Amino acid sequence: MADTPMVAAHHVRLGSNSGQSMTRRDGIAKVTGTATYAADNHPENLLHAVFAGASIARGRVTSLDIEAALAHPGVVHVMTPDNTPALSQDPDQKTTPFTARIDVLQNDKVRYAGQPIAVILAETLEAAVEGARLVKATYDSDQARIGFDDGEAFDPEAVGISTPPKFSTGDFEGNRKKAALSASVEMETPLQYHNAMEPHAVVAEWDGDHVTVDMPNQAIGLAKPGIANYFGIPPENVTLRSPYLGGGFGSKAVLFGPQMLGILAAREMKRPVKLALKRDQMFGPVQHRSATRQSVRYDMDADNNLLAFEHKANVSTSSFDNWLDGAANAGLSLYATPSISVSHTGTRFDTGTPGAMRAPGIATGSAVIECAIDVAAEKAGMDPLEFRLLNYAEKDPSNGKPYSAKALRECYKAAADSFGWKDRPLKPRQMRDENGLLTGWGMGTSIFHAPFFPAKARAVLRKDGSARAETSGADMGQGAWTALWQMAADGLGMAADDIEFDIGHSDLPDGSVAGGSAHTASAGGALFAAGNDVIRQLAEIATQDKDSPLFGAGNERVLGENGRLFKAEDPNVGESYIDILQRAGIEEIEGRGRGNRDKASTETYAMFSHGAVYAEVKVDPDLFQVRVTRLVGAFAAGRIINPRLAQSQLTGGMIWGVSFALHEEGMHDKRTGRPLNNDFAGYHIPVLADVPHLEALLVDEDDPHVNDLGVKGVGELGITGTVGAIANAVWHATGIRTARYPIKIEDLLKGAQALGA
Amino acid sequence: MALRISLNINGTEHGVDLEDPRPTLLDVLRERIGLTGTKKGCDRGQCGACTVLVDGRRVNSCLTLAVSLEGAKITTVEGLANGDALHPVQTAFIEHDGFQCGYCTPGQIMSAIGLLSETEGKASAEAVREGMSGNLCRCGAYAGIQDAVMDAQARIAKGAKS
Repeated sequence: MADTPMVAAHHVRLGSNSGQSMTRRDGIAKVTGTATYAADNHPENLLHAVFAGASIARGRVTSLDIEAALAHPGVVHVMTPDNTPALSQDPDQKTTPFTARIDVLQNDKVRYAGQPIAVILAETLEAAVEGARLVKATYDSDQARIGFDDGEAFDPEAVGISTPPKFSTGDFEGNRKKAALSASVEMETPLQYHNAMEPHAVVAEWDGDHVTVDMPNQAIGLAKPGIANYFGIPPENVTLRSPYLGGGFGSKAVLFGPQMLGILAAREMKRPVKLALKRDQMFGPVQHRSATRQSVRYDMDADNNLLAFEHKANVSTSSFDNWLDGAANAGLSLYATPSISVSHTGTRFDTGTPGAMRAPGIATGSAVIECAIDVAAEKAGMDPLEFRLLNYAEKDPSNGKPYSAKALRECYKAAADSFGWKDRPLKPRQMRDENGLLTGWGMGTSIFHAPFFPAKARAVLRKDGSARAETSGADMGQGAWTALWQMAADGLGMAADDIEFDIGHSDLPDGSVAGGSAHTASAGGALFAAGNDVIRQLAEIATQDKDSPLFGAGNERVLGENGRLFKAEDPNVGESYIDILQRAGIEEIEGRGRGNRDKASTETYAMFSHGAVYAEVKVDPDLFQVRVTRLVGAFAAGRIINPRLAQSQLTGGMIWGVSFALHEEGMHDKRTGRPLNNDFAGYHIPVLADVPHLEALLVDEDDPHVNDLGVKGVGELGITGTVGAIANAVWHATGIRTARYPIKIEDLLKGAQALGA
Repeated sequence: MALRISLNINGTEHGVDLEDPRPTLLDVLRERIGLTGTKKGCDRGQCGACTVLVDGRRVNSCLTLAVSLEGAKITTVEGLANGDALHPVQTAFIEHDGFQCGYCTPGQIMSAIGLLSETEGKASAEAVREGMSGNLCRCGAYAGIQDAVMDAQARIAKGAKS
């Protein structure tokens, strides 16, 4: 990895903390094993819970024999639909767009393999595990429907979260008729399972009608009322603790059946209960990325300008809920195209319901779009970079809005220069390395939208000069404990070391969702504003105090830094926070803040982070084994709060791109619907030896419109662009395009036979 | 078939009562002794999150029965630092940002210490890439992990206490 770069000087001006590559403030806790994840909690008198999963994918449980489980030493109870009380809210009711339909032993219906059909409670984990094995179920089973050819097709009302499934603009049909050239690509992408290293878990303990829940959660503000609704208690009776998440990637943003079963079991047993999913149970009730069958077509005029863009996606969901990956919306704001037609259809599989998985929609769609653009460049006889620059979008092609900021040209150049792209031969199969391996170079464009959520935060400055800032935000590895802390300290005009900081707890102000790559902007903006609110109040006190050197200074001309308030135009005139508060006899000042995005800006501008990724692959000419050997990306995402952590997010995303392109595939048996590879031996993700030389360059970008602080997201950006870059590099090495991800040896062999290579 | 065993963990003897011989070292550490730094990622030896040292050798504690370890010296992530002084591998992981969510990190660190001991301070970059490939990191912090392990080896060679 390249050395951590410095960012431009004006970006450091947020305060003394932001822009610094601080090491993680939770680092010591994480390297010493003292960071507490949900399943690390162990209240006194704990019962262990393990659920038994359905071995069919569709039908009914006709009988459950729990005698052997109950007879096993240590097992104290087995929950089944016969003895499980109804929840206060029907778990099939969708109260918010973020509510998933879940299975909580409310009936005998089976909707996917691995669905909980019984919960075994025992004094030891070993007894609970064995008890789950001893539960014997019989079923009335219907034929499972898995795959686009077997599942039930339908027209969805929405994709993603409430996004329209169809969109068109411009004279699409007319432009198509005018086209001189066209390029189209059809590809499939598989089911992908999030598989955070920390399996979903819950530890629940009731005290009367108050429940304390340890559970990894990306959206505490939504989870708290969600749990309250299921259990018929007021939201203030739910205490949710989630200081550390062992990875989320979208899979810990909503409430799931197994975790609600743990909470329910604790209420039924009147004892604390711990329920942690086993790895194989991560392939059913806790979401995944939809499979897709996509076709993308670009039409061009005689000068190789794009005229029309068409993207169709058939997207999988479950039989009982409606999350669909919005793959065909991925290219709406990407390349300059005067006419666009995109549409989604849906297919119901007998699997659990999919959900948002790192860069939902965009990762899936751009994996195919970037191939289509390269095919278009090939037809035009142009270098892929030159073709992308020719069709560079100065305005969002879907709505004509200017971008709030778009340093994509600079990204293309920075990464191309570092990679050495200019030496790329135009034709495929031109390069071999010293060992005779086919070598290919490919590229892709990264894009991810920049949403903003209404987060809240609180800051307190005390008379002794100490301070505290807090929001309920979540750190799932992206670095919230560090980046948000930096922004909170800057809001207060203090060093990060000099303030207390807290996140990950439902008693704190709602920090909104850690998702959509919006958390640093949203929660960080709120923290900064809360600190500013403290400084504003402090300045009011000082400027009205005759004994203060700041007396009479206008409020707006006073700044806080390093615990000292001073005149903006004359920093020598000022005094410490402590002096102001002690003289005024005030114990503490409390500030409240919300991040802000100007409403007019939202209507005026298209807001995205951008990037460019270049990949080198080497392919064995006989065996067609593919290795990614180099990945260079450059990314522009507004103000970067912590370059070290931003870079880690981006390289992590690029590794997800490698995984998407070459490794990951959730397979289900078509006859039974059961997952075939629900463990890490079968479900492949990259290991260290699979990871190439990686570079993630940060390109300076000032975004004055996206929000008050000009912060955009980096968590999901790196996967977009990388997938297509690798597929394009494989084509460049071999001359072969496969019809599905992941790119497999057998598909390349077939392609080679077709080519006669 | 109740058993009482004694385990030497991080230099301290822990007496543990077991109802039967089934419990793994991982579950005994986490659920019976309260050493929860060692993590469960898969429970079948495929992810490395539960890696600990047994007599200096790295093992997957999820595949090791606790009853088989009487008389052995077990080291977990909690046993590395000396007060506030971190082990050089721990320091290197922080400085090179060798983690994001932190869940696989105790296993990565224990595995790195085992690897550096196996290779007697002469691990090549390639040996680290291969030798650390039994430890999955879903966040994709691999670039930092590679740099951290190489740097820790250099620190130890320069006399940092391991």
